[in-house]
Amino acid sequence: MSNKYIKWLIFTVVLVLLVIFAAGFSLVTGDMDIKAGEIASILSSKTGIEYAVLKHIRLPRIIMAIAVGGGLSLTGAILQGIYRNPLVEPYTLGISGGAALGVALVVVTGLHLSVGSFMLPFAGFTGAIVTIFMVYFLSIKKGAIDINRMLLIGVMISFVASSGMMFLMSMTTSDNLHGIVFWMMGSLEEPNTMLVNTVLYASLGGLFLSYFFARPLNALRLGQEKARHLGINTTVSVRVLFVIASVLTGICVSVAGVIGFVGLVIPHLIRIIIGSDYRIMLIGSFLGGSFFLLVSDIIARTIISPNELPIGVITGIAGGLVFIIVLSRAGLRNRVT
Amino acid sequence: MHLDIKNISCGYGESFNIKNINVGIEKGIFAGIIGPNGSGKTTLFKGLTGDLDLKSGEVFLDKQNVNKLSLRKKAQRIAVVSQHTEITDMSVFDYVLMGRMPFRKHFHFFESKTDIETARKYMKLTNVYRFKDKPMSELSGGEQQLAAIARALTQEPQLLLLDEPTSHLDITHQVQILNLIQELNEKLELTVLIIIHDLNLAGEYCDYLLMMKDGEIFVQGEPSEVLNYQIIEDVYNTVVITRENPVSKKPVVFLVSDRVMKNTK
Repeated sequence: MSNKYIKWLIFTVVLVLLVIFAAGFSLVTGDMDIKAGEIASILSSKTGIEYAVLKHIRLPRIIMAIAVGGGLSLTGAILQGIYRNPLVEPYTLGISGGAALGVALVVVTGLHLSVGSFMLPFAGFTGAIVTIFMVYFLSIKKGAIDINRMLLIGVMISFVASSGMMFLMSMTTSDNLHGIVFWMMGSLEEPNTMLVNTVLYASLGGLFLSYFFARPLNALRLGQEKARHLGINTTVSVRVLFVIASVLTGICVSVAGVIGFVGLVIPHLIRIIIGSDYRIMLIGSFLGGSFFLLVSDIIARTIISPNELPIGVITGIAGGLVFIIVLSRAGLRNRVT
Repeated sequence: MHLDIKNISCGYGESFNIKNINVGIEKGIFAGIIGPNGSGKTTLFKGLTGDLDLKSGEVFLDKQNVNKLSLRKKAQRIAVVSQHTEITDMSVFDYVLMGRMPFRKHFHFFESKTDIETARKYMKLTNVYRFKDKPMSELSGGEQQLAAIARALTQEPQLLLLDEPTSHLDITHQVQILNLIQELNEKLELTVLIIIHDLNLAGEYCDYLLMMKDGEIFVQGEPSEVLNYQIIEDVYNTVVITRENPVSKKPVVFLVSDRVMKNTK
């Protein structure tokens, strides 16, 4: 039995090393040639253009990748766990649509120029939260969540939101259009240190809080009714976890834009590798998501250098393909439980 | 553990599916709930497990009001085995260990030695230890049901509730599981309440039967009293013949087809 814990420990250590390695690689990758050996001296000198590039461009990106990748993947793991459905993730529940509509509204009305640039993440967050709670309350039937209903409503709300957005885009100037499209494609570039820190603390906080619910999440693998028979207050657990997942996704999406596939693919991959026990799933998904986004970001920055691909393109293509390959080999039958 | 069901009624939504249920079951009794489809067996069961809220009445375990217990405390006393086990990829060992959940606190992150030993003990008792590392989803229906019973026993309950645990199994597994429950019932002095469709199995294994009809208990008592042809005809609207099993002296119910019935008249 202790074999299990040793396996978990090794798995976690490997993932941490992968994240550190990818972060280090990301730090020395870019237009400006900075050697790995020079990093320590540049950072300690605190002057020069190299220092500025590291401190204000590359480091925040790395933090964003770790926080957003971890956060989205963690919420995917949580939502799949509480709803016992492999398709549930923040985006299939319509949250990206809602966030995008919120941002589009701000761009079109020019609020981000008149009120301040913080209006963009604010609108994204509000849009995401409003959508996800709308989906939640619309899918309650006779006091209980109907999961198929929830997915359907999520997809419908996504459609309505994207139509609304297309309407706004067709009415607005090409400058605004560019702004909206750019935001939608997602980016880890964030000049505002406060926002970067917010995402980081939110992600780490989400990970910490979710561990209070590792036990209920494990019981929920047997379904809500059986979890209750095992003494778990499922109503409270599911609600709190849902709120953690929603707020965390809202924050990630509002700052980084729509970066798809992380929340869906990574938890499944982690399940296939190490199993569905949430004591390892939570941290595994978080680290896996961080690593995945770090690597995707490196690819996005280098593949057509000096230009940069939107990171959503990489996560979508790479994530989707890897997923299909792994799935056709391992099979996803009952993987959620 | 002495189970006292006092005048409970419960149901879905606004309606009452069962009402005026009064039952007392002594410690160590193997009791069965029988009755036709829609008679309220499952509603009563769900009222006892807490899946449905009671509209009135109370349930006592050794004079303790069950509904005043926390979910955790309740799960330490009552274990439930449902008709279907959840198909999951977790190993049998992990699944059985779930039974220790009511004893673990929020940050009891790892299983204790007691947890593992308890799970092991009941896996051996139910004969599932030999495939402890297999995923639950790869077991046959009968093996899954045995694992579910092992999981329930790992909760070390005083009352074991089972909802038709043998309904979709062949007679080998039906008998195997019922023999096991009977053995546990005697060995651990576990009070057992089981929903069971098959009247002959009910008569053979149960010490006490509750026969339900239209949401109420039509009659309750020892099998020889309850499984009487007149009662069965009244409750099931079916003509039957009852006899005594020559070996076990328990009641046996025979059905007669319409054609034979016409010809014999």
